[in-house]
Amino acid sequence: MALKPADYKTEVHNDWCPGCGDFGILNAIQMALAELAIPTHKAAIFSGIGCSGKTPHFIHTYGIHTLHGRVLPFAQGAKLCNPDLEVIAVGGDGDGLGIGVGHFVSSGRRNIDLTYIIYNNGVYGLTKGQASPTLKLGMKTKSLTQPNVNDSINPIALAFISGFTFIARGYAYDIRHLKDLIVKAVQHKGLAYLDVLQPCPTYNDINTKEWFQGLDNTDQENGKPIPRIYKLDNSGYNGEVKDQDQYYEIASRVIEKSNEWGDKIPIGIFYQNENVASYDERIAMKIDNYIKYPPAHQEIILDDKNKTNSNINELLKSLKVNA
Amino acid sequence: MHDKVVNEITWVIGGAQGSGVDSAANIFSKTCAEDGLYIFGKREYYSNIKGEHSYFTVRVSNKLIRSHKESIDILVSFDAETLFRHAKDVSTNGIIIFNSELIETSINEIPTLDPDVQNTITEYCNYSGGDPLTIKKLLEKIQQNSIKCYGIPYHQLLKNFSEHTNNPALSKLARMINVLALSISLSFINIDRQALSRAIKYIFRTKPKIAEINVAAAEYAYNYAEQIFQNNKFTFSKNKMDFSDIILVQGSQSSALGKIVAGCRFQTYYPITPASEDSEFLETNQVIEQIDGNKGSVLVMQTEDEISAITMAIGGALTGTRTATATSGPGFSLMAEALGWAGINEVPLVVSLYQRAGPSTGLPTRHEQGDLLFAINAGHGEFPRIVFASGDIEESFYDTLKVFNFAEIFQLPVIHLLDKAIASSVMTCKNFDPNKISIDRGYLIKKIDNKTKDQDKLKHFKRFELQKNTAISPRPPLGTENGIFWNTGDEHNEEGHITEDPTVRIKMMDKRMSKLNLILQEIQDEDKALSYNENSDIVITSWGSTKGAILDTLDELNKEGIKIKFVQIKLLNPFPHQLLEKLLNSAKIIINIEMNYSSQLAKLIKQNLQRDIDYEIVKYNGRPISCDELYRVIKGIVDNTVDKRRIVLDYGT
Repeated sequence: MALKPADYKTEVHNDWCPGCGDFGILNAIQMALAELAIPTHKAAIFSGIGCSGKTPHFIHTYGIHTLHGRVLPFAQGAKLCNPDLEVIAVGGDGDGLGIGVGHFVSSGRRNIDLTYIIYNNGVYGLTKGQASPTLKLGMKTKSLTQPNVNDSINPIALAFISGFTFIARGYAYDIRHLKDLIVKAVQHKGLAYLDVLQPCPTYNDINTKEWFQGLDNTDQENGKPIPRIYKLDNSGYNGEVKDQDQYYEIASRVIEKSNEWGDKIPIGIFYQNENVASYDERIAMKIDNYIKYPPAHQEIILDDKNKTNSNINELLKSLKVNA
Repeated sequence: MHDKVVNEITWVIGGAQGSGVDSAANIFSKTCAEDGLYIFGKREYYSNIKGEHSYFTVRVSNKLIRSHKESIDILVSFDAETLFRHAKDVSTNGIIIFNSELIETSINEIPTLDPDVQNTITEYCNYSGGDPLTIKKLLEKIQQNSIKCYGIPYHQLLKNFSEHTNNPALSKLARMINVLALSISLSFINIDRQALSRAIKYIFRTKPKIAEINVAAAEYAYNYAEQIFQNNKFTFSKNKMDFSDIILVQGSQSSALGKIVAGCRFQTYYPITPASEDSEFLETNQVIEQIDGNKGSVLVMQTEDEISAITMAIGGALTGTRTATATSGPGFSLMAEALGWAGINEVPLVVSLYQRAGPSTGLPTRHEQGDLLFAINAGHGEFPRIVFASGDIEESFYDTLKVFNFAEIFQLPVIHLLDKAIASSVMTCKNFDPNKISIDRGYLIKKIDNKTKDQDKLKHFKRFELQKNTAISPRPPLGTENGIFWNTGDEHNEEGHITEDPTVRIKMMDKRMSKLNLILQEIQDEDKALSYNENSDIVITSWGSTKGAILDTLDELNKEGIKIKFVQIKLLNPFPHQLLEKLLNSAKIIINIEMNYSSQLAKLIKQNLQRDIDYEIVKYNGRPISCDELYRVIKGIVDNTVDKRRIVLDYGT
């Protein structure tokens, strides 16, 4: 029986604000899981804290709602012990790029095969609208008493220099496009980062849905709005490193593209590189049967008397006094 | 000359960090153990890579020993600092081996000796000459106590050895001086010389060439010393005991060995003294032979910080893998928030907490038991946890098997308290029996029956099912068919979804917190507390690594016909108050001993038993309690010559 997006829904009441971009992301995740035909029990959605942190409760797969900023280490621990699990980590921009930014960078260095989605809206919604690490310098969103005094993090560039091997950006109101990106991110071998522009209708009154649509930015000739968002794959951009020799050329392209903001905001795949060894391949260099026999699948008990299955005789022999 | 017949000796070697003090001590320990003698050794070092003073004390005996002594029988040195620091501790009739090339070195020429230490030593020597104290003057003073001092021109000896072996390159190998010194010290002990060669080969087993040169150098130095000093030797009244079932094991290996046996297959850590060695041992032995013929493994992850270490270990535990993280106080402080997450989500997790002296960075390479109350209380809000303390190396192996069982049976985090004293010590003990404790995975379910007609039940698996009879719910690993559940740091319902319902809140709190009573019911008494020497009015209470010094002290007192009971508390949370009431029932005097400032265990006893202790013995100078300083105090209490209720021990270099 083919799996449908509805199979990934729970009956839990969703208390996100009406019109929240999070709904689009949730739908896109459920559609992607169905398209990938991942059995519900084979997937685990991990989340941090904040509005986005509630996501797992709305998805009928294993759902682990962790601590503020710590979603990546939780998710990596599970994936390392059981590589058969399809692990998707989600969180907000404050969660992943503020309190959790150290883990963001360190995860890039490992390149573990999982997908991380940041719901990026520039504010801390659940704590009533403080500035997040992605809010631009000088911006004064609704709840701020003064304009933002901190410069913003560029998550695409940060993911790139940290070592993520798939980097893309989606838009919460373009669900089909977002679903396609999630499918590709999940299929990617290695650590995938997906930045999702997710307008917060309650606290970010600057980067609104209307702003992204360009309603304030009309064509002087025909009076039509000029959308700020455009798609990279329609623009001739290609960030895929097929051969490692292309790396430096594409690297500068990724950074340049990641700095586009304002009247033109690209979405789509910025970078993809499967030439970098994923973490399971690196472990297999030292533990050769790791992929076949990872920690979660190891039989630690020998028999029905619950004796240990570990043989430490050689180690003990080396400690023997009269060896 | 007559040999000195002894039952035990204390041997100390010192030198600058990086000059081979540890390998010399390891060779010495191995040599004596090979000769059928019991060993207890401990390492002391600064937070430094090269240059600061480090030393190793090895106590050798023909009976079981578990702690060190402060009075030294053989002091082995090749630098000046070791002499200045330790000569005062050499006992009457003891010997000192020193570098005769440094005889004119004065105390103010040693930059690593801070002025306070210089003053103490100068005062000790009653020295009031105009010039600074020199080695020569120090030894003159020392020799007044019938201590024999043997000067070795180490560099000349090394040169002679290189000529002897026609290998001029060796004369520059100052690194070998440690082996020369060690070998010379062994020439003063009646011991099988072959054991020395075997021990050197063992310590350098991965570097056969280096082993060979060191064996030759050791032989050369040994013969040299025998010829020129015509030694009268320390001779053990009894040695060559049957050690066929004895191992010589370091404290940083025992719990890690236990983890392999317990089936821990994922360990995370961030580098920190003195916990790193636990993880490094596991990583070195990451491929595990399974008895069923398969090849298993333990994956060791060095993380970006301790927050990542604990959360990654929790993530791993959710897959049904037995996981652990190893850390010390500063790292454990960072883990507090995640500990609560494991508590509310009922995740089995083992934290090996190797305590060191705090607060903050404290004395990063020194010993303390200062984290007991923190381990019990770390984290906001209320959740059940087990805090379990091991008393020595041998215990820490078996306790490690137990703590993994506890974590899974009760589905909660277990903090396994260890410390720097255990991690930096080495001792002979009975070979470990991996089958002594079997594995109990509690209510872990790897398959869930889907034959039930109740589709609703099938779709709504209750990970946190509220049951009448037990607080323990079924726990499937992530990935189990029909077992989908949710976890959240929020309060949750039976499926694991967020709830703020006041009734559910009460039920879930009751479910979790009732585990504390369950633990007290289920855990056996001998795992809660151990009691030694019954029928005494005087009872010592303590926990953790003070055990060795206490038991050795009791042995000494027994010889004098003084019997004192010792209650070693292992389960510190939940506190086994009923058992302790029984064990302390007949006590007229309670002496509580701890390596911290505020007698943290005494506070627990007061809180749980409404019982004051009568004497508190504490130590917080970063150096473990020696059995001779403890003996003096306990003897004083027994003889009624101690006029204080609080005794602060202060011995240590």
